[in-house]
Amino acid sequence: MNLLLLLIIPFLTAIGILAVNGLKQVRTVAFIGSMIQLCLSFYLLNQYHIAKELGDASLMLFEQNYAWFPSMGVYFHIGVDGISISMIILTALVVVAGVLVSYGMEQLHKEFFFLLILLSLGAYGFFISLDLFTLFFFLEVAVIPKFLLIGIWGSGPKERSAMKLALMLMGGSAMIFIGLSGVYYYSNETCFGPRTFDMLALANNGISKEAQLFFFPFAFAGFGVFTALFPFHTWVPDGHSSAPTAASMFLAGISMKLGGYGCLRVATFLMPQAAEYYAPVIVLLATIAIIYGAFATMMQTDLKYINAYSSISHCGFVLLGIGMLTKVSITGAVMQMVSHGLMTALFFAAIGMMYSRTHTRLVAQLGGLLKVMPFISSIFIIAGLCSLGLPGFSGFVSEMTIFVGSWQNPNMWYRLATILSCASIVVTAVYILRAAGSSVMGPIKDDHFLKLEDALWNEKLAAVVLLSGIVIIGLAPFLLTDLLSPGTDIIMKQLLK
Amino acid sequence: MSNITTILLIPGLPLLAFLLLGIFGNSNSLLKQGAGIIATAFMAISCLLSVQAAINYFVMANLAENGFAAIILFKYTWLSFGSGISIDMGALLDPISAMMLVVVTFISLMVHIFSLGYMKGEERFATYYAFLGLFTFSMLGLILSSNIFQIYIFWELVGVSSFLLIGYYFAKPSAVAAAKKAFIVTRFADLGFLIGILTLGFYGESFDFQTLIQRFTDHQSPQFLAISAASFMGITGLSWGLMLVFMGGAGKSAMFPLHIWLPDAMEGPTPVSALIHAATMVVAGVYLVARLFPIFAISDQAALDVVAFIGILSALFAAIIACTQTDIKRVLAFSTMSQIGFMMFALGVSNYGGENGAGFSASLFHLFTHAFFKSLLFLGAGAIIHMVHSNNMEDMGGLRKHMPITHISFLIACLAISGIPPFAGFFSKEAILHAAHTSSPIIYYLALFTSMLTAFYMFRLYFNIFWRSEAKPNHNTHGEGTWSMKLPLIILGVLSIVVGFIPFSHYVSSDGKSLETHLDLMFSILPVSLAAAGILLAAYLYKNKNEKPEQIAQNLGGIFSLIKQKFYIDEIYLFITHKIIFNLIGRPAAWIDKHIVDGFYTLTAITTEEFSSTIKGWQSGNLQSYALYFLASILGLAILIIYALI
Repeated sequence: MNLLLLLIIPFLTAIGILAVNGLKQVRTVAFIGSMIQLCLSFYLLNQYHIAKELGDASLMLFEQNYAWFPSMGVYFHIGVDGISISMIILTALVVVAGVLVSYGMEQLHKEFFFLLILLSLGAYGFFISLDLFTLFFFLEVAVIPKFLLIGIWGSGPKERSAMKLALMLMGGSAMIFIGLSGVYYYSNETCFGPRTFDMLALANNGISKEAQLFFFPFAFAGFGVFTALFPFHTWVPDGHSSAPTAASMFLAGISMKLGGYGCLRVATFLMPQAAEYYAPVIVLLATIAIIYGAFATMMQTDLKYINAYSSISHCGFVLLGIGMLTKVSITGAVMQMVSHGLMTALFFAAIGMMYSRTHTRLVAQLGGLLKVMPFISSIFIIAGLCSLGLPGFSGFVSEMTIFVGSWQNPNMWYRLATILSCASIVVTAVYILRAAGSSVMGPIKDDHFLKLEDALWNEKLAAVVLLSGIVIIGLAPFLLTDLLSPGTDIIMKQLLK
Repeated sequence: MSNITTILLIPGLPLLAFLLLGIFGNSNSLLKQGAGIIATAFMAISCLLSVQAAINYFVMANLAENGFAAIILFKYTWLSFGSGISIDMGALLDPISAMMLVVVTFISLMVHIFSLGYMKGEERFATYYAFLGLFTFSMLGLILSSNIFQIYIFWELVGVSSFLLIGYYFAKPSAVAAAKKAFIVTRFADLGFLIGILTLGFYGESFDFQTLIQRFTDHQSPQFLAISAASFMGITGLSWGLMLVFMGGAGKSAMFPLHIWLPDAMEGPTPVSALIHAATMVVAGVYLVARLFPIFAISDQAALDVVAFIGILSALFAAIIACTQTDIKRVLAFSTMSQIGFMMFALGVSNYGGENGAGFSASLFHLFTHAFFKSLLFLGAGAIIHMVHSNNMEDMGGLRKHMPITHISFLIACLAISGIPPFAGFFSKEAILHAAHTSSPIIYYLALFTSMLTAFYMFRLYFNIFWRSEAKPNHNTHGEGTWSMKLPLIILGVLSIVVGFIPFSHYVSSDGKSLETHLDLMFSILPVSLAAAGILLAAYLYKNKNEKPEQIAQNLGGIFSLIKQKFYIDEIYLFITHKIIFNLIGRPAAWIDKHIVDGFYTLTAITTEEFSSTIKGWQSGNLQSYALYFLASILGLAILIIYALI
């Protein structure tokens, strides 16, 4: 399959959105475009399985390589493996759901949908890039629209949040840039020739340990900013809670995954020796994020803040899985990215639906919604149950994979980190049940709630799209692990080299 | 029908009922009306299939004459972690799972039937049956698990079903609080369970029950040597693993000190209490220990001693509290905890194989008989509450005339739980006491005392409800309830008499070989007369309205209120969770995040802004000041160069 299609479809959708007028047309174009992209991503999955069955053993499939700035060693090199495909499907699902929940967007709808699609274009480009320069280019494409989405369509202190988010992510980008430049600069150290940004060539040649040790922290921490690595996580609560629903879903569902993917594919894959060297630090920071994020969540009173802080804790699992450096834990980390992306998008969608009706997100002011809007409330509870790792949903399998993988590290301190991380599932249960118990259960606190309507068809469809992803992974995790296995094998091979 | 289809249909039918009613039950009016009938029909088929499967199993395995071997009906790799470690979904049929299949599906069927009358007219009738289906499915999956991770998966699912059912009346804050408490306390216990699984799985290099048992009971196997060599704080890896797994079991089975959720769980609809919190889910802990019993008994006596200790402690503790409670469901809840304590310590005092394994058989025998009479007690309590509209025994009295069927069945159940021959509880309790007698005299005497207390508090309950003078003469509003409510009471009443005569240890024993036990009449005299004494004491105090109980309570003073307040364990938990975890960890974490970590970034932003507004002034557009900077710089450079050159 031609991977360029994954970029062309969102591009055409964006053009189409600009070409038509009126909310109905705009949203229809956006919906159709994102649905085509979703079908395409499943087609890609299918093609991938066919190619693998035919015995294609290459690292990356459907590769394409075009010269961009050949004098600088910049190529437009794209290709996918199972890990990228899982990320692409995740993105496509979240985009469809995000478009669907934004059907009622009154204000500047054209620009809104345009930016949403542009953001997704950045994410798709990022996940298929095999060239560090291209990868960085698409990462930036995915950052700028967020600033506008929050600043224009947000709520609460939106300007401040937008600024904070953009600045911190830019700071992260700067660090990533230093890391990538370093990798580029030292790329011809061991094998003579021109310097290169090509990830496969870099992985193959390898760079010296000294250079790795110096540049790994920049790359890892830079991507870490995106995935809420402690202590670079503080954009998360403000950014998520000020963002409009669809943007929150993107931000937590996809954008944070750019970071996790980068930590794995760029930092760990290209600088394996440094990854091993810094693993204890990663594990430490991840454990702090998991525990501290969970406890901080417990004290939040705004539903969006609750989900934002819990994202810090859940993304900590991704970093923990990467830091533990076993095949199982890394597989778990990728599963957790997919799982968290879907689950948190579902959560934000449910919160958004509740907020647009009740006009409050404060737990203390909500109550008894299960009676007046059973569908939305059930979705909220289901997202919560997924978040606390109930079997049958994706959260359980990914967390358990990380735990089993982490436990394979017999080091006492790593065991302790694993136990502490396991303990967070109890804290998660506490905050999820507190939130659910007083916002959707309990007596109805406000008589206005009695007049409110349950979900509309588009909102129901959005929830079903995300939920089916969650349930399929939760019931048949082998589908995902089989997909990821070749990709994680390559990373492990790199680590054992 | 093949065995595999049967075994898949047993949990499959309740699952189907759950999906059907859960998804379409509230939108389709036909399903909404017929929810109860549909779910009950599904459950009835599932129950019949279980009975058939159990009979097949016990008859077929008998022919083999090697005792009852475990059969793996199917196994499917669900999530592989590489190198032979995987979570499998499978079905394991052995004596205990066959027995449990029958118990769970049968009690569930009774509860389904009872609920037809009890829950009639509820707004979320279909949802209620959907949740019952979910619970039954999860519980059956738990029983059939062939893999320790599989049992953990279903373990969590029964936990969430219990949460949903306790919180069924979600508009009631107390119900929501109870549901949360039940989930969180058992989740905390499951944390131990999970770490235990990780430990056992890592050293055993498998999550499969049979593989684990085989490796850890063979003292020469590399896995056994590895886990015995690993030690933490002076305790071997095997002991840690088993004790942590037991922690999970203790949480689900409401063992001290993880019992605090069970009394509150009575906020759920009463039939739910009968199903989940009396007969099935709460005995999952016992089942778990029984599942891993060979490892406990052969390889790690220390962990088994912990089981025995926690068991007898919980049995005694709960029995003491039960004597003071006035909410009839709470009395039953503490009595459940106490009876599960009996099952636990029976496992704890047992050994593996032959006569020494009598405790194992006795424990599961008690689990079996207890399921019948305890669910009968709860359903009876449900019928009473349905009529009186109160849980408090002070609002009751003299009900024997108004509810003859409930009265007789309740009496049978009380006699059974007190261990009076020839009711079911007598046989199983005698077996437990016998096993305790041969291995540990201390546990034996404590157990004797507890069983006397059991007779006392059960008959305190009985006399307060059915005898005494009537507290409110006018509460007979809608009779004894529908036939759908009376029928399960009658069936369970009959069974509470006859199931004791089953030669249980012939079928279920620690090593699968049948074990013949005989009643020792001389041995039985003491326990039975103690139980009779408990009943007489209760009759003396509570049969007619009088001042004696009040006086005794007053004389006991502080001790009485200490017991009545359940030894303040709940308050201790509240203190730890609210004062320590919320105030000393949660709040500081949130504060630090907002003020220190985020404060740092805000500070950076402010500094940058200050700095830029300072240097912004330099670019003023004022030609004179530019000339000044220019000259000053030239001068400065000149001086620098001159000095540098000289």
